[in-house]
Amino acid sequence: MKQVFARIALLACCAGWLAGGPVLADEAAEPKPLKLTTTADHTKFKELQKQFNSGPEVTKACLACHTEAAGQIHRTKHWKWEYLNPDTKQTLGKKTVVNNFCISIASNYASCTSCHVGYGWKDASFDFKSEENVDCLACHDTSGNYKKPPGFAGNPVVKDTEFPPGSGKIIKGIDLSKIAQKVGKTSRDTCGACHFNGGGGDGVKHGDMDSSLAAPTKDVDVHMDAEGLDFTCGTCHTSSSHDVAGSRYTPTAQDKKGAHIRGKADKGNPATCVACHGNGPHKKEARLNHHATKIACQTCHIPTIARGGIATKMTWDWSTAGQRDAEGKHIVKKDAKGRIIYESRKGDFTLAENVKPEYFWFNGQVTYTLVTDKIEKTDQRTPINKLGGSPTDGKSMIWPMKVFRGSQPYDPVNKTFVTPHTAGNDDTGYWKNLDWDKAIAVGMKDSGHPFSGKIDFIKTEMSWPITHMVAPKEKALGCVECHSKDGRLAGIQGIYIPVRDNNKLLDTIGWAIVFLTMLGVFGHGAIRIVSSRKH
Amino acid sequence: MAERIYVFKRFERFWHWSQAGLIMFLMLTAFDIHGTYTIFGFEKAVAYHTIAAWSLIGLWVFAIFWHFTTGEWKQYIPTTEKVVAMIHYYSVGIFRNEPHPFKLTQLRKHNPLQRLAYLAIMICVGPLIWVTGVLYLFYSDWARLGINGLSLEWVATGHIIGAFMMLAFLIAHVYLTTAGHTPLAHIKAMITGWEEVE
Repeated sequence: MKQVFARIALLACCAGWLAGGPVLADEAAEPKPLKLTTTADHTKFKELQKQFNSGPEVTKACLACHTEAAGQIHRTKHWKWEYLNPDTKQTLGKKTVVNNFCISIASNYASCTSCHVGYGWKDASFDFKSEENVDCLACHDTSGNYKKPPGFAGNPVVKDTEFPPGSGKIIKGIDLSKIAQKVGKTSRDTCGACHFNGGGGDGVKHGDMDSSLAAPTKDVDVHMDAEGLDFTCGTCHTSSSHDVAGSRYTPTAQDKKGAHIRGKADKGNPATCVACHGNGPHKKEARLNHHATKIACQTCHIPTIARGGIATKMTWDWSTAGQRDAEGKHIVKKDAKGRIIYESRKGDFTLAENVKPEYFWFNGQVTYTLVTDKIEKTDQRTPINKLGGSPTDGKSMIWPMKVFRGSQPYDPVNKTFVTPHTAGNDDTGYWKNLDWDKAIAVGMKDSGHPFSGKIDFIKTEMSWPITHMVAPKEKALGCVECHSKDGRLAGIQGIYIPVRDNNKLLDTIGWAIVFLTMLGVFGHGAIRIVSSRKH
Repeated sequence: MAERIYVFKRFERFWHWSQAGLIMFLMLTAFDIHGTYTIFGFEKAVAYHTIAAWSLIGLWVFAIFWHFTTGEWKQYIPTTEKVVAMIHYYSVGIFRNEPHPFKLTQLRKHNPLQRLAYLAIMICVGPLIWVTGVLYLFYSDWARLGINGLSLEWVATGHIIGAFMMLAFLIAHVYLTTAGHTPLAHIKAMITGWEEVE
């Protein structure tokens, strides 16, 4: 009996332990509430519990602990806005290139540098060695309150300020102390504050990047899907010592290196599709992996751009700028959806959503037409950037591009692009005075290039490789998008595409043989029927 | 009174009709892929075409095995005997209700023109379609298989030529089934196995 009781008691204990176990474990696992993404709570740092009157004051506080951060930033494109293309030897970067959007930053620094990771770049004299002029908050703000309005040379506004002076418009000051205490990792919002708004507005420039990517649905971007994988920009555009991977000056058109593996030295671009997916990602259809030896992933997996409900600019005609209404005032015209399609300051635009890209052989080499290059006005559009690539160089893939077409001022005597002074609350800024002569003279003086004084307009085009807004695989392009007459790859030379390249002569002969056989058969049959009646 | 001869054995009939079905389905999907019309659409048509092609290859493995083990392959040995008579019959005699110059037996169930036509299909059109078709299917693996110097365009062109020839054959073949002593005699024979001979 004793043994029986002992066993029951033991069982009861076990049961109790089993029952109680999880409860105890729960209590033990209940951690103190922590921010799981960081080991430092910046609100607790005394250095940040004070009033900051300017951006550099915040940076000084940051650098007190993060002693090497500014030095790292100084080496990056985000800071220098300058890039030497090792292949073409061209000096590029925002500081140097012209485009066919707002054209150039020369003489427009105070406006353009609201997107610089620095404070105070208002003219060519900016000190690129200054550590305290590095703007940590532009990328590390998590509050969403940090703003750098155009016109302040990259400085935030800390006190309510009337801008432009005399306009009656007040820009509200922001509390840098609160923002500094909330710093954290970069996010789609911080990157997007500039990159979504390239070209002067939401979605204007790229088409595959706009504010719909701040919290996108799966359909808009399968990786950034806010309720799914929730990638930030930095998930692919990894950074090392503040240098962010990925480049539009030297894009990786073809990545043969395969998926990156920890422990293996991967010098390749970590932001390519292949860097994660490898070179044979289609498990069911091996044929598609073979397609992927010539076709960039983006071509099939980004069916259209500007898919998030925000239109991208497709054309910009500067030659029609400058019109005034009867009272001499600036004109703004909008389309049915309320999108601006004409501004006196800028000329005519066209915008579009769900845009099918154009496709080209592309080997990653981009050659820019710079202000120092000679250009010729012809029937052809002058390329702002020329894409390298051919079906036979072994380095090219078929890539989707947004081709942005426009018309912009140039110097017909010196045969060069010009860098007009557009933004600026002064006597020569085009956006205020609508006077090309003054605007271009001042702008060219600032960029340091000769200007004849003559102005004409030249038609240009600029290609933007498409790589964002990857759709879920169910929404990837179907076969017929290219395997058809006049399909998406209608203009692609150098490869045989079944259906697109059906041989007309072969089809004609084939159907003629089939038709003649039918004719013979029916003729023979008819004679048989007729003759059988006679007999 | 008509004599009845058992010419098509059970496997042969099964082979013939399943092959007929598969070839017609392959035709249907082929010209869908080719863009002549859209029934399934390119993507599905390719998938169905591939499945049907593999099925037909499987069927052929059995059929070839059957032909050699039964000796039936001899039915396709070409002969010139009575070829002229057959041509005369199809071009003149058939309209005058002349007797068929060929007497069918179990050992010679195809007339000399049939023999030549089937042999031509089997050694020309068939291989053209199969070789180009398999190359097409394994286009992705050419490099791995060491196939160089071949262009997809030529392979595709060969495949399309084969398809047109097969279609022309199919039309003539179906028509000639009506050239028996009654219009449906040959088809009945292909279904039941028994051919009535006058």
